[in-house]
Amino acid sequence: MKLNELTIQEARAKLDGGEISALDLTRACLARIKEADMEIHACLSVCEPEALAAAAAADIRIKAGETGNLLGIPYLCKDNIMTKGLKTTAASKILENYVAPYDATVIKKLKEAGAVLLGKTNLDEFAHGASTESSAYGLTKNPRDLSRVPGGSSGGSTAAVAADMCLFALGSDTGGSIRQPASFCGVVGLKPSYGRVSRSGLLSMTSSTDVIGPLTKTVEDAALVLEIIAGADERDATTATEAVEHYRQKMILSATDKPLSGLKIGWPKEYFLKELDKEVAARVRAGAEKLKAAGAQLMEVSLPYTKYGVPVYYLVTPSEISSNLARFDGIGWGLSKNEAKDLQEFYKSSRGAGFGAETKRRIMLGTYALSAGYYDAYYKKAQQVRTLIINDFQRVFEKVDLLLTPTSPHPAFKIGQQINDPLAMYLEDIFVTGASLAGLPAISVPAGTVAAEAGKSLPVGAQLIGPRLQEGLILKVAGILAATEERHAK
Amino acid sequence: MSITREEIKHIAELSRLDLTAEETEKFGGQLDLILKYIGRLNEVDTKKIIPTAQVSGLVDVWRADDIREWDKEEVRAALEQGELEGGQIKVKRVL
Repeated sequence: MKLNELTIQEARAKLDGGEISALDLTRACLARIKEADMEIHACLSVCEPEALAAAAAADIRIKAGETGNLLGIPYLCKDNIMTKGLKTTAASKILENYVAPYDATVIKKLKEAGAVLLGKTNLDEFAHGASTESSAYGLTKNPRDLSRVPGGSSGGSTAAVAADMCLFALGSDTGGSIRQPASFCGVVGLKPSYGRVSRSGLLSMTSSTDVIGPLTKTVEDAALVLEIIAGADERDATTATEAVEHYRQKMILSATDKPLSGLKIGWPKEYFLKELDKEVAARVRAGAEKLKAAGAQLMEVSLPYTKYGVPVYYLVTPSEISSNLARFDGIGWGLSKNEAKDLQEFYKSSRGAGFGAETKRRIMLGTYALSAGYYDAYYKKAQQVRTLIINDFQRVFEKVDLLLTPTSPHPAFKIGQQINDPLAMYLEDIFVTGASLAGLPAISVPAGTVAAEAGKSLPVGAQLIGPRLQEGLILKVAGILAATEERHAK
Repeated sequence: MSITREEIKHIAELSRLDLTAEETEKFGGQLDLILKYIGRLNEVDTKKIIPTAQVSGLVDVWRADDIREWDKEEVRAALEQGELEGGQIKVKRVL
């Protein structure tokens, strides 16, 4: 097996045993990027000299006897997270030459832990999308089928993990942007609870739902990364103050054949509609059988406001975007159209030239929803229905411990299939917006494959949603759900 | 309710966005479809429902009101991204 194909856990054992060095591991990943990324285009930039220096430093720490989950482990980072001294473009022309002056809190934590940053990954511009086709720097292809999208918006990070260009990657999830691509590419994607991971240094999109999380090859690896990046941060006043758990330890199962005995898992009937691909439904059902075999009790539950998740999300998100992206005014940083005569024209021409179609659409939709005369009918109405969606989850979590759903209604779609149909793209988020609007932790794990054309098969994902800050329980159950599927789903 | 071309131009003005003629045409139809879809929220009775403001569950997050210096090199790197004159960020004339 090539070193870049290792999981974090496998590499950890080899690094600590002196069998390999962090430099070997980093070189293997860099070589894989060079070999595969011309075709896949997961990376927007690669920082080879910095990565080699970080790997050499990690080797010194390992030799000195230091231990740590991520010491010497190479990773890639979505390009909407600030990385000091490196370009951070958000896949937008407006930030084409922007160099982050400081590190995001998660990057600082990973640096301290000795993880090795290899570069920055592609995304839908400002994370606005579900296919990574709306990047200003070209689309990313799905490594499992190059004619298809990797999902989005963390499509670059996800494709990179699926193609073994790194051992893990960071993504951000505002309304499914970690989980949906994880499902399309057959990897593990964890969206932590809102506030579990600091957003300081994440380019703001929808501040009321944005969260950073890991994309990994296994559930155990997701637990290892979360342990490092989670925690309170005085630079993000929305971070949870509860102690960070030992997630990996919590995954260790009791030595019985029914380790999930006593656990109740809800099967929300509103997620199993006729729009759901039958084969996808069958794969999630097979996952449910695995959990039953491990002793869990499955029960049907109802979340009646589920169908309003997407309309609520596509009011709340554009509204926050129209406000958050107002800071890109061409002054102080980013693209400037200096030929403009006056200030208004300067703003409009800089923003008009800097933002792509989907970002403009969202800014305009949000500006409309927040404008005088429409605020009550749109924004306030959406936040009221959001309350009902949150109440649905609260009611259901009085009866069950976790929810099991499909991540996406279908496997990865073809490149170009729906790029000109924004509404169809929004409906991609049908099963993932709920947990985002309610701030709940959720994970997508590989649930096997379904048949595609010409004898090909495509990965699909199953999603577990839990109560706030129950990442430990989610990871434990996800470990059983993903067993036999993760990594080998290729 | 349909969005007119004039309304699209007005929203673009409020959004401080230059749109090409093609974009104005395309966005009008697209925003119309999206708003029609979003209109299904009107099926929901929300008379007595309090709108959600946040989901962190936190109330009144405080920290000490003390001034801390930000790393000088990081401040320099931040300022250098834009057009400077005499150490100040240059902006367009307002008046």
